[in-house]
Amino acid sequence: MEHIELFFKSIFIDNMVFATFLGMCSYLAVSKKVSTAVGLGAAVIFVLAITVPLNWLLDQYILQEGALSWLGEEYASYDLSFLSFIMFIATIATMVQLVEIVVEKFSPSLYNSLGIFLPLIAVNCAILGGSLFMQSREIPTLGLATTYGIGSGIGWFLAILAIAAIREKIRYSNVPPALRGLGITFIITGLMAIGFMSFGGMLTGGDEASKEEKTVAVEKHEGSKENENITLSAVETSEDKVIANNIKSK
Amino acid sequence: MGLLSRKDSKLILDPLADDNPITIQVLGICSALAITAQLKASIVMAVSVLFVLGAGNVVISLIRNIIPSKIRIIVQLTVVAALVIIVDQVLKAFSYQLSKELGAFIGLIITNCIIMGRFEAFALGNGPWRSFLDGIGNALGYGVILIIVGFFRELLGSGTLLGFKVLGDPIAKTGLYSIGYENNGFMLLAPMALIVVGVIIWVQRTRNKALIED
Repeated sequence: MEHIELFFKSIFIDNMVFATFLGMCSYLAVSKKVSTAVGLGAAVIFVLAITVPLNWLLDQYILQEGALSWLGEEYASYDLSFLSFIMFIATIATMVQLVEIVVEKFSPSLYNSLGIFLPLIAVNCAILGGSLFMQSREIPTLGLATTYGIGSGIGWFLAILAIAAIREKIRYSNVPPALRGLGITFIITGLMAIGFMSFGGMLTGGDEASKEEKTVAVEKHEGSKENENITLSAVETSEDKVIANNIKSK
Repeated sequence: MGLLSRKDSKLILDPLADDNPITIQVLGICSALAITAQLKASIVMAVSVLFVLGAGNVVISLIRNIIPSKIRIIVQLTVVAALVIIVDQVLKAFSYQLSKELGAFIGLIITNCIIMGRFEAFALGNGPWRSFLDGIGNALGYGVILIIVGFFRELLGSGTLLGFKVLGDPIAKTGLYSIGYENNGFMLLAPMALIVVGVIIWVQRTRNKALIED
């Protein structure tokens, strides 16, 4: 149940593109044709499914505070978490290179069709973002980390597939000249993001109890910030919603 | 720009408008959108990128002749990651609350494509001083968009700027609120960032027809 919940949550509610804007550069650059979009989307799912669990292991057994205690008592007080950026990006770069070699060896045709996009994945923020969110949301088990990686990958795939299909069709419509290309893509993405926000109630079903919990968390957050009337966590869109509700009720 | 030659000042001025990294080169969008609900966060992000890009460009430019081209991506990533760790630690030390709010997005500067893009396109082929100027220029171009988006989202969304009440008191109905304005909470939500950037692009291309795509 936990797995299913996290899976759908990472696809729809915390969608990489629409909720946290990760991987926007390649999302905008590669979404002109459906066929290339599918290739890149599949590669992102694959790399996320490998790197998130790998980085979970790294985080759990090397980087976290006290994670080194398996080495012996004297290492238990070490906190290497400041190294996580470098470790994560190293894992990602290595995995991308490995995937590239394997794909080239076993499926040269796929390798040729992906071309430049494979190495580009190393600098796609969705990949690093997946690992960093995995760390900051404190995902408890390896299995859940894998689910999270695959789910976020599918969410990203879904987003780029949808925008590529829309962009293929929008060529035939009469967009104001100054908005053509990039401008209209941004606005469509914004509209799609509004649509995806409606998935927010999917898992709670508008259940008051779970909303209550979130509000409390936000209040704690605000309390620590003295009297500032509005605090915003850019990462947690669900908090954004609660805050927006508060504002409206004021 | 008396200090700089015309060619050098072009390096700084071009990215501010006609070669803007976000609206023209389409780089570094992710962080530009995600943290702009508040002006303060936008400014901190802009300054962080200014530091990382300026310093990173100089470092890469200094070692450009000794990097083997095959492993240059990994070398570049390591340089950026080291600089970002500095930014992250400084933020944690001096403004812990803000570093919590920015969360994973400071770490995501590493994969900000502006940085890799400038390393690849400029620092690998130019001297340190010019690379520094180029880095500063592009980071400023990025920062300008961030600050514009942050300004409008915070002003229209919560009626404040940098946490100070600007539009009056929404509860006592003073200022703009007395004539019936309501805070538009929607501006604080994720999708509006995209639409605001879309509108900025629209305005920019209406003013400069040469930028219009076919």
